Amino acid sequence: MTDNKEMTPKPAEGSVKPEKAAKPSALNIFFEEVSRNSLTVTILAILTGLLLGGVVAVLTTETVYSSFRTSFGLGFREVFRVFGITYSALFTGSFGQPDVIRAAIASGDWQQINVAFSPFFESLVQSTPYILAGLAVALGFRVGLFNIGAEGQIFVGALAAVWAGTRIHGLPPLIHAPLALLVGGLGGAIWGFIPGWLKAKTGAHEVINTIMMNYIAFRLSEYLLTGFLKDPTKAHPISATVDTAAWLPRLFPSPNRFHIGFFIALILAYLVYLLLFKTTLGFQLRTVGLNPNAARYAGMNIVKNTVLAMALSGLLAGLAGANEVLGVNRNLGVAFSSGYGFDSIALALLGNSHPLGVVLASLLFGFLRNGALRMQLQAGIPIDIISIMQAAILAFIAAPGIIRTIYRLKEPKEESGSPLLTAAQKGQVQ
Amino acid sequence: MTTTTAAPTRIKEVGYISPRRQRVMGIVFLALATMIWVFFSRTTTGQMVTTFVMSPGGADPTPDLIFNTLPFLNVLATISAVIGAYQLVRGFHGKTNTMLGILAGFFVIAFLAWGAADKSLNLAGLLKVAVVRAVPLTLGALSGILCERSGIINIGIEGMLLAAAFTSTVAASLSNLWVGLIVAILTGALFGWVLAVFSIRYKVNQIISGTVINIFATGMTSFLSAKFLQKYQNLNSPGQFPTWEIPGLSKIPFFGPILFSHNLFVYGMFILLIVLTIVLFHTRWGLRLRSAGEHPKAADTLGINVNRTRYIATILGGMIAGFGGAYFTLGSVGRFDEVMTAGRGFIGLAAMIFGNWMPTGALGAGLLFGLADSLAGKLTILRIPIPPKFLEMAPYIVTMIVLAGVVGHTSPPAAEGTPYEKE
Repeated sequence: MTDNKEMTPKPAEGSVKPEKAAKPSALNIFFEEVSRNSLTVTILAILTGLLLGGVVAVLTTETVYSSFRTSFGLGFREVFRVFGITYSALFTGSFGQPDVIRAAIASGDWQQINVAFSPFFESLVQSTPYILAGLAVALGFRVGLFNIGAEGQIFVGALAAVWAGTRIHGLPPLIHAPLALLVGGLGGAIWGFIPGWLKAKTGAHEVINTIMMNYIAFRLSEYLLTGFLKDPTKAHPISATVDTAAWLPRLFPSPNRFHIGFFIALILAYLVYLLLFKTTLGFQLRTVGLNPNAARYAGMNIVKNTVLAMALSGLLAGLAGANEVLGVNRNLGVAFSSGYGFDSIALALLGNSHPLGVVLASLLFGFLRNGALRMQLQAGIPIDIISIMQAAILAFIAAPGIIRTIYRLKEPKEESGSPLLTAAQKGQVQ
Repeated sequence: MTTTTAAPTRIKEVGYISPRRQRVMGIVFLALATMIWVFFSRTTTGQMVTTFVMSPGGADPTPDLIFNTLPFLNVLATISAVIGAYQLVRGFHGKTNTMLGILAGFFVIAFLAWGAADKSLNLAGLLKVAVVRAVPLTLGALSGILCERSGIINIGIEGMLLAAAFTSTVAASLSNLWVGLIVAILTGALFGWVLAVFSIRYKVNQIISGTVINIFATGMTSFLSAKFLQKYQNLNSPGQFPTWEIPGLSKIPFFGPILFSHNLFVYGMFILLIVLTIVLFHTRWGLRLRSAGEHPKAADTLGINVNRTRYIATILGGMIAGFGGAYFTLGSVGRFDEVMTAGRGFIGLAAMIFGNWMPTGALGAGLLFGLADSLAGKLTILRIPIPPKFLEMAPYIVTMIVLAGVVGHTSPPAAEGTPYEKE
């Protein structure tokens, strides 16, 4: 949603009008948007980012240098060896080892198959908070809001969910787990609501306020985890384990941690899609994002839509935190999120702020993150290489000009910096 | 994509306080006075005595300050109430913000006097630590001011601090402290240049450019630290800049040890503050830089190269952040730890806003936030029943309040965040 032409109050052709006779399917809208955003650039950005990770891995491996000192050929062989081990560890770590999977299937033993496939499912587990947090940021983008506070909302969501999971007792699982999830979501929603309300009422920029809210959330979690929510039997600041009734059920026996949170995230992605593209409210939200002035002239309530969008965005991020706590960790430590909230900005951009795109981008990041864990163990490459790759991907997606320059791609008809942002984010409308 | 059409034509009235704001501020002043009276005076008995130790080390000849708590608190509350009443009725107009600062100071002093009732508080030590803690915050804010005054939003300060902290450690470990410092500044310049290229050449949304820098710097420094610094400890032993006592000045009672007995970074902060104030507001170059951030089209019409000005400002801003980054390692702990900046860059951003994009304001905000940080460590010692974490939240909350325009009015550069394109 990007060209100048579309920044008019008139919604973009076809894809936007909710009550059109021929309803375009989710896939159609998605592909239309992706192709307009030039799918080639997206794919090249991802590949270049991944390649850059390999380059960094090679450049920081000492044996490469020592081999080059011996001979040039040996050096090159070492380069390829490091490249190979990096990407094979990344692959087997995220999908599973092919030979182990083959042997497990041949043996026919269910537990063996479960273990063989568990890396794959673990990747899905890693993707789940990404999907939710990515949706949170994407929803904000669509409404022209930059929710950089997903990280804090995740923390508050996790805190609220842990509270509901450890302080409410005696409920049946069918009620307790959804309740704890909902409480977590509400916690995040409050954390999103405040900057949204401040933006709508006072014009205070949501970027600064969500950053501030992040740090308030971090300090709050440190405070609660050393006091109110702390497990008194433990020495370090960590919450008690959540009641089993509040756990999100896992579908396979240990060590497979795959839980129903993944499906909840997918359902929410679909709901966000329906909200944004199939309801009048969604139409309003997007119009506010594309052109607040036009929205105001059309009689749309900017304040209501802004506040609602930030609260919903916070809700989704809060659910991401609750999901991690109730589905994976089942308790809450101090540094539990490790940057999901910041990565989610990359996810929303990568997915063109479309729910389906966000899901795909989240799967990519989830598999990367899980694969990187194995990379760390097998190839001795610190997991932080993922952040380097993600930063590179984010940079390339945001600045397609770089990718076009590198690969000598033709300029699109209307090149305009990042094509993914709406008018409001470009600072055109205050 | 435009640009200039969007630059809001907002007129800033200097020194004008609307009647509504005058009343709001009056109520705020009175609320502060009431709080001093209710929270502090009412909970103090007549016999209580406050002791402030007036020298950081204790060896200094400055004698301790000992006074009766209750009368002192009552005086502070009364003066605050009088100021509040005057503001409500007549108004201080242009001096309103100064008065707010004074009253906030009263409140902090009252709080300290109350906290140290029947106890002893090393006031000099507290303030000295506050000055030190203010260094990265103020430098981060100055970096932000330079970038944003030219029209480039810099939320990558955190990443710049962290990257410079890392490179300075390695460089100083391999050679000496001065090389480390120069490498840190160059690192900052590099990141500033990257920010500028993204924001100006590729017209990337500036928030995203900053986020890229933050994610990249965090990832890269953690990666390299995990890969090398833990294995080769000799790469992570840069040493520290020594404390330089300024002859004469450091002998001033009370203020000497607090202000003039520090290492390079504290003095650097003060020097940069003065230089930046003069350059930005009293030179032609500064005027041009600010015009690029306020109304780039007008600046361009007058023959100013807007984008080149922005490049230079962002690179210089990066250098200041780089200098601030070196503080963490060469000026503070003498080693690099993963993610050691711990959000200081973002508090610097808050200090910039709180200080209303003015260098002196940034220092004031930096000192205030530094004091909050310094005080957080003393709360448990003084047995004040406020969780230290809440005091650590204070800078963020205060910034949000200021940003909301409740107790003050901020005016960011009008054209910040919008790329400029010649038409």
